[in-house]
Amino acid sequence: MVHMLLQVQDAQTAIDVAKSTNALLGAGIGLGLAAIGAGIGVGLIGSRATEAIARQPQASGDIRGAMILTAALVEGVALVACVFALLFKLIK
Amino acid sequence: MMALLQQPDIGRMIFEHTADAHFLEFPPFGRIPLPTGWTLFGIDVSPTKHVVYMLLAAIGVLVCVFAAKRSIVRRHRENRAPGGFGTAIEAMVIFVRDDIVLPAMGHGGERYLPYILTLFFFIMFCNFFGLVPWGSTATGNVAVTAGLALISFVVIEVSGMIALGAKGYLKTIVMVPPGMTGFGAVAMAFILTPIEIIGKLVKPFALCLRLFANMTGGHFVILSLMGLIFIFGSWLVAGGSVALILFMMCLELLVALLQAYIFALLTSVFIGMMLHEH
Repeated sequence: MVHMLLQVQDAQTAIDVAKSTNALLGAGIGLGLAAIGAGIGVGLIGSRATEAIARQPQASGDIRGAMILTAALVEGVALVACVFALLFKLIK
Repeated sequence: MMALLQQPDIGRMIFEHTADAHFLEFPPFGRIPLPTGWTLFGIDVSPTKHVVYMLLAAIGVLVCVFAAKRSIVRRHRENRAPGGFGTAIEAMVIFVRDDIVLPAMGHGGERYLPYILTLFFFIMFCNFFGLVPWGSTATGNVAVTAGLALISFVVIEVSGMIALGAKGYLKTIVMVPPGMTGFGAVAMAFILTPIEIIGKLVKPFALCLRLFANMTGGHFVILSLMGLIFIFGSWLVAGGSVALILFMMCLELLVALLQAYIFALLTSVFIGMMLHEH
C-alpha cells in the first residue's frame, strides 16, 4: 500500500513539474509572439508616419503627435501580454 | 545584495525593488518600518511604501498648483509680463484643456476638466517619483492603477447617465443600430447587448493594465540589466550595461509622461463618447 502511495506521489510531482514547465513554455511563446506583433505594429506606424511627413512636411508636428500616441497604444497591447506572461510564471 | 555575488538571486532583487513593502528602504542607509495592521471594515489600509509615495505625489501636485497660483497672482500684481513657474504650469493646464479635453468632449467638457487635470498631474507625479533615487513607482502597483481605472469608470458612466438621462443611458447598453425596427431590432439587441456590456468593462481594464505594465516593465528592464552586471561580474559588461541603462532611463522619462497623457486622453475620449451618444 505504501509503494502505491509513493507512486501516486511521484506522479503528482511529475504533474506539478510538467505544469510549471508548460506554464513557462506558454509564457515564453506568448511573450515572443507579442513582441513580434508589437514590432510589426510599431514598424508600420513609423513607416506610414515618415511617408506622410515626406509627402507633407508642414504637417509634421501633427503627424509626429499622432505617431507617438498610436505607438503607445500598440505597445500597451504587447505589455498586456507581458503582464499575463508574468502571471503564468507566478501562479503554479 | 553584495554578499550574493556568487549566485545572485536576480528575480528576488527585482521583486524587492518594484513590489510593495511594509517599510521604506534607503540603501545603504537603512530602512524605516511602516505601521501595519490598520484595518477599516476588514480591509487592510495600513500605509505601505506605495501608499506613502502616492501621498507624496498628491502633496507634490498640491504644492505645485499652489505655488503656480501664488506666482501668477504676484506677477499680475506687479504688472510684469507672463513668465516663470506659474506660467509653465498654466501652459500645461492649457495643453490639457485645448488638446485633450475640449477636442474629445466638445462644448460640455469644462465640467470634467478638473478631473482630467487631476488624473494627468497625479499620474505624472507618481511616475516621476519612481525615477528619482530611492523613489518607488506607486503606479507600478496594479491596485493603484485599478483604483484609478475604477474611478474613471464611475466618472464615465455617471457622465453618461447625467448627459443622456436614464432612458438614453440604457440605450447605450441595450443598443440597437439606428434604422432597424421590428424583429431585426430585437435580434440585434440580443447580440449587441453583451458586447456593449463587455466593452464598457474592458475599456477601464485596459487603462489599468496599460499604465501598470508600462511602469513596471520599464523598471523590470532596468533592474534586469543591473542584475546582468552581478551575474557576469566583469567591467566590460558593466560598461555596456550602464550605457543601456542610461538609454532605458531616458525612455522611461518619455514613457512616464506619455502614459499619464494617454490615461487622461483615453478617459476624456470615453467621456466624450458617452456625452455625444445621440
